[in-house]
Amino acid sequence: MDPEYPCTISPACAGIFFGLALLMVAAATRADVDLSVLYLKEDIARPPVLSNLSPPAADSGLAGAILGISDSNTTGRFLKQRYALDTHVDASPEALIRVAREHVDKGNGVIVADLSKATLLRLLQTPELMGKTIVINSGAPDDELRRTECTSGLLHTLPSRAMLSDALAQFLIARRWKKWLLVHGDRPADLAWVSAIQRSEKRYGGRIVATKQWTFDTDLRRTAQQEMPLFTQGRDYDVTLIADDIGDVGEYVPYNTWLPRPVAGTQGLTPTGWHPVVEQWGAQQLQNRFTESAGRGMDDRDYAAWLAIRAVAEAVTRSNSSDARTLYTYMLSDAFEVAAFKGRSLTFRRWNGQLRQPIPLVQPRALVSQSPQPGFLHPRTELDTLGYDAPESTCEFKDAL
Amino acid sequence: MTPLARFLNRSCVRHAAIISLMLACAPQSRAEVAYVSNEKDNTLSVIDIDTLEVIKTIEVGLRPRGITFNRDRTVLYICASDSDAVQIMDVAKQRIVADLPSGEDPEQFALHPDDRRLYISNEDDAVVTVVDTQTRKVIAQVDVGVEPEGMAVSPDGKWAVNTSETTNMLHWIDTQTNKLVDNTLVGQRPRHVEFARDGSVLWASSEIGGTVAIVSVPDRQIKHTINFKIPGVHRDRVQPVGIKLSRDGRHAFVALGPANHVAVVDAKTFEVLDYLLVGRRVWHLEFASDEALLLTTNGVSGDVTVIDTKKLKPIKTIKVGRYPWGLAVAP
Repeated sequence: MDPEYPCTISPACAGIFFGLALLMVAAATRADVDLSVLYLKEDIARPPVLSNLSPPAADSGLAGAILGISDSNTTGRFLKQRYALDTHVDASPEALIRVAREHVDKGNGVIVADLSKATLLRLLQTPELMGKTIVINSGAPDDELRRTECTSGLLHTLPSRAMLSDALAQFLIARRWKKWLLVHGDRPADLAWVSAIQRSEKRYGGRIVATKQWTFDTDLRRTAQQEMPLFTQGRDYDVTLIADDIGDVGEYVPYNTWLPRPVAGTQGLTPTGWHPVVEQWGAQQLQNRFTESAGRGMDDRDYAAWLAIRAVAEAVTRSNSSDARTLYTYMLSDAFEVAAFKGRSLTFRRWNGQLRQPIPLVQPRALVSQSPQPGFLHPRTELDTLGYDAPESTCEFKDAL
Repeated sequence: MTPLARFLNRSCVRHAAIISLMLACAPQSRAEVAYVSNEKDNTLSVIDIDTLEVIKTIEVGLRPRGITFNRDRTVLYICASDSDAVQIMDVAKQRIVADLPSGEDPEQFALHPDDRRLYISNEDDAVVTVVDTQTRKVIAQVDVGVEPEGMAVSPDGKWAVNTSETTNMLHWIDTQTNKLVDNTLVGQRPRHVEFARDGSVLWASSEIGGTVAIVSVPDRQIKHTINFKIPGVHRDRVQPVGIKLSRDGRHAFVALGPANHVAVVDAKTFEVLDYLLVGRRVWHLEFASDEALLLTTNGVSGDVTVIDTKKLKPIKTIKVGRYPWGLAVAP
């Protein structure tokens, strides 16, 4: 017997059972479903940056997972489906993997992973987890995870860098800003951005007229007006693109370029999975719920974690199961779709587990546009103009665990 | 005919027309008008149905969305979402006379056939609030799914049905007890529900699913799903919201949001007969002139399209305020 109903045989109990039985018939003989989700967040040390105005929130991602569980429980209570969240935040990859193993040992099969690429790959290669759990990546934008190193069982709700870069490039081409000055830092993530932008350049017919890596060690807060015009001097360009993943130097580029040109990339006009300025298609309701629950605006990691849980819960609702294999197969099937305040239903790519999604292009206080831009066509769905398409992926990805 | 005679003749015809019009209108205090809520202007636009022109703009509470009349149309109820109130407008005085308690962020509502109980969706709170419009008190609050939106009461008054956009369900509330008794899982983001006049079926639109479900009321199961396909418009842009059913039971009209079209559906076979081009992001619909006309609110273009329901052709576009949302017509 379900421990929640610790009654022995009595008239009252019989009444409850009769009532329950009626309800179950009404709900097309649905059984109770309990699903426990583990959210893992790697506490990654961030180097100091010049601008200290808006560091990422300490609970970035975690707050989205909490809201995702709350939203799913509101839905689940009508279907006798209950969701629980375990969370673990740690700087140590070993500790994170240990917690994941404990979670799976207890018979659970869903993990939302807000981890670095390296830790995520280690987690996926842990023998005790393989084939037993769905891992939804809500923290690593790395393209390799979608193109060469993808693993069956691994899904992504965070957009890849290639998707973000393509989303920006489509907008630039639509505006006919075809000549790009690319400036970047020397960190691995900066260089990953450079690769993504170079790929988008080829894909959409932009032209990088010059690529410059900065080596500033002066305090740009005081010297940007002297340094930046000289640094951005050169051949004519329509727009300056910045690849500065942690936001150290990039904040000081806008308005200080040699030519009076807009700035885009990791700063300026920014492609992102989510931002507090998104309000269309009912998004304001999600923003309001999030602000009430977390006390701040919702960022792209929050959204990816929220969406990971909503996607799983949608699969639970429709399949009436909490079994990882059933859910995974359902999520990659044609029947699956999830509404997520982006104006259309979202689905997973069957060749790499990436969730297709429109990408907002934002400036800090307003939405500028949303890609895919009109006119960029694709035989399957326009959303597949963003990021790596099936023929570009060399993954041996399977839609069964 | 001399010019003078022609003038007299014509002016007589005109006068006769005016006199007959006055006679026709004599028992009523005013001509037929449509009220349109402008979500981003905090106003109602008043459209004269004879001339199809905006004759007045009335200031109301913040972010007005759903609007509906009481039975004798002396009072217009207005969901002023950001004022967290349902406002009561005295139609004769053309001004707000009172606020009803409504729960937080009221978006849409439906008046029970008893002309008294108002069932209100509270979008931010995941509840439906039931308000007695006479005592102006909250009778009940019913927990529903995330982001309650559409609201309808069955013609026999037995059911109040609410849609929850993120939970993707129709919630069936027994109006006798004001308790939730059943749920029907539908397509993604259900927006609007409309009962057939005989109460046998319920039409429910799913904005992101891109479908309209026909739900059998006795067993609350989906018996048919309508899909839409407009040449040249991607299926992702086909987002059904508002629904209106003609009294003769022949046609259903479905507003398709950013597809900028209204679908005409055979209400018996559920076959889509035609798509009518209207303004941008069409949301809600209302009949006028004894169902000879259908009005649509087009949020992005900020206008109302008037459709001739016999010819099934749009005949006029009327500019209103910013983000027109709801519609109510008083004959």
